[in-house]
Amino acid sequence: MATLKTLVYLILYPGLLFIFFYSTFAEWYDRKLYARLQNRMGPTHTGRAGVLQPIADFIKLMSKEDIVPERADRGMFRALPAFGLAIVSTGMLLLPVWNYSLSNPSATSFSGDIVVLLYILSLPTFIFFLAGWSSTNLFSTVGATRVLTMLFGYEVPLFLTVLTPAVLANSWRLAEIAAFYRHHPWLALLNIPAFIIALICVQAKLERTPFDIPHAETEIVGGTFTEYSGKKLALFRLMMDVELVVAAGLLATVFLGGFPGGLLPGLINFIIKTLLVIFLLSLLRATTSRIRVDQVISLSWRYLAPLAVIQLLVIIFIKGLIS
Amino acid sequence: MSFQIPIGPQHPALKEPIGVRVTVDGEIIREADLRLGYNHRGVEKLAEQKTWTQNIYLMERICGICSHSHATCYVQGVEKLMEIEPPKRGLYIRILVSELERVHSHLLWLGVAGHEAGFDSFFMYVWRDREIVMDILETISGNRVHYAINAIGGVRRDLDELQIKHILDSLELLRQRSAYYQKLGTTEPSFVARLAGVGYLSREDAIELCAVGPTLRASGVPMDVRKDDPYAVYDEVPFEVCTADSCDVLGRTVVRIKELLQSYNIIEFLLKNLPAGPIAVRAPRRAKPNEVVSRYEAPRGENIHYIKSNGSDKPERLKVRAPTLANYAATIKMLKNGFIADVPLIFAAIDPCICCAERSVAIVDARTAQERIVTMSSLRELSLKTAKYQTRKREAEWPL
Repeated sequence: MATLKTLVYLILYPGLLFIFFYSTFAEWYDRKLYARLQNRMGPTHTGRAGVLQPIADFIKLMSKEDIVPERADRGMFRALPAFGLAIVSTGMLLLPVWNYSLSNPSATSFSGDIVVLLYILSLPTFIFFLAGWSSTNLFSTVGATRVLTMLFGYEVPLFLTVLTPAVLANSWRLAEIAAFYRHHPWLALLNIPAFIIALICVQAKLERTPFDIPHAETEIVGGTFTEYSGKKLALFRLMMDVELVVAAGLLATVFLGGFPGGLLPGLINFIIKTLLVIFLLSLLRATTSRIRVDQVISLSWRYLAPLAVIQLLVIIFIKGLIS
Repeated sequence: MSFQIPIGPQHPALKEPIGVRVTVDGEIIREADLRLGYNHRGVEKLAEQKTWTQNIYLMERICGICSHSHATCYVQGVEKLMEIEPPKRGLYIRILVSELERVHSHLLWLGVAGHEAGFDSFFMYVWRDREIVMDILETISGNRVHYAINAIGGVRRDLDELQIKHILDSLELLRQRSAYYQKLGTTEPSFVARLAGVGYLSREDAIELCAVGPTLRASGVPMDVRKDDPYAVYDEVPFEVCTADSCDVLGRTVVRIKELLQSYNIIEFLLKNLPAGPIAVRAPRRAKPNEVVSRYEAPRGENIHYIKSNGSDKPERLKVRAPTLANYAATIKMLKNGFIADVPLIFAAIDPCICCAERSVAIVDARTAQERIVTMSSLRELSLKTAKYQTRKREAEWPL
């Protein structure tokens, strides 16, 4: 019975199947919103209002010819997409939607899971770097170096701002942090500057405009993914969708009070709150132009990191006041 | 570590084939090399086999964006050769279309600049509003791209009151939108951060390297054929030459937006002062032996046609110098010491129209760097020879 439950947990909900459908839905939502903000229609044909378009794209890519360049590191080149998808899907399991029980920490909800989740979210960046590097294409190589250069910019402010609410809530467990802010909603308001900084950093982590520098098509063609095609590209695209959902889920947990209410209300909360975060990310994507990689570094070290440090100091000070 | 990156002949940033080899040191460009000749069409040779009238339509097809520019430049030259003077109304309609073309070309460029900078929302909005001017052009000429409005000795279609009213109404909307894009393009922080200081071309360099059009004017040189050597009725039309002093891509954007606003004024003036009368005079079939150079300010800069006649109904020689060709030398200068990220922007900022500029085949020997011009027949022999002896390689060497 326990094995069956674990299998259902891993394959159906909240495992791969749910992740697949929800992340493709998130991609549709992002694409539709982006298109409407640009005065375009966006996907319309497949399914109602084009909602099945990302799935259609996925199936189409899966059936396309899959080429591995002869000069590429074949093993690495093949393994990376699956490896990356596995990593971000694991991140999904850590979100406190399905392990909402506060009193009994489980294998996927424990003290310190926020750090694990941040760690898991850093890994895709290295996957992208290795993907670009192992393709040995010039455009991929430039894309790969850009991935790493950007990482040095946004990672520190992201960690600082995501850990700020945890400091105030005095917990390293996602479910407990969320519960803390549900009980003290006005304290969540203190984290608004951190939320804004974290949004910008997540946008950079997801490599979306204005930070779509590693695969800026007008500069370096496909960037890190220049040599990828067929199934591998499909998996990479799915991976990016899942990463979008996980990152949105993380922000919704620590800044927007998590997903209370048990199985079904928790799920509804999850969908509404992640869509809200994705809405903000899409808005940022539609209203900005791509910046240069050196501008990312100066932006994060001149403005984002100092602001994050100030925010952290303010939170520590306030924590001292209220306790 | 420095390595070479090939931009083109096929690259998402380039809509037409051209090769740019950039030698980069990390993200910084140390050396740039331009390779032309991927799209030679033999237009000039073809022109020698067609009559004066047929050539108007051939000239129109040199470029898809400034189609009217080449046709007008050619027609003006032929009119000089034939010593005929088109009627006023015809000239007014001719330059009305050329200003509308400038508007559509500059709006197109603005959108492309947005896209190259990764600002796709800007691109979508500008191109939506470009449809307004495309509609105007369609109401005037019946076509969106190749207007076919020119005839030797005037124009082919007249304007009526209803069309004039439609154009004036649409113009209001375009004015508002352009003012908004001016605000957006010059104040949106991430967009300005991408454009300001990129592709610096000093005033001296711009003059020395013979840059033309908005590229030259953005370096602070007020040079415009419409003002310096007025053709058609530009001496009667009030307008200003727009310049900028920042010498970078932002300056080129500002110049183009300012020119848009000037063009709206010109269009309004032309429509409100449209003289009555015929739109064309009858042209002779032949031109006396003579030669002429015709200049025209295309949206991209100065366009030059050299036409030589020998008394028959066909030109003996027709030479086209498209504005893009004049800007290539300056582009190399602008690319040096920039970032890879700026290549598409700098390149787009001259508004390249590569197919218009492709005129001759030059073969550069990679080992000795010797350049030679070859004839078509020897080129054909060479290709046959190469195809015969070269077996197809399984994996082509990376060409660096």
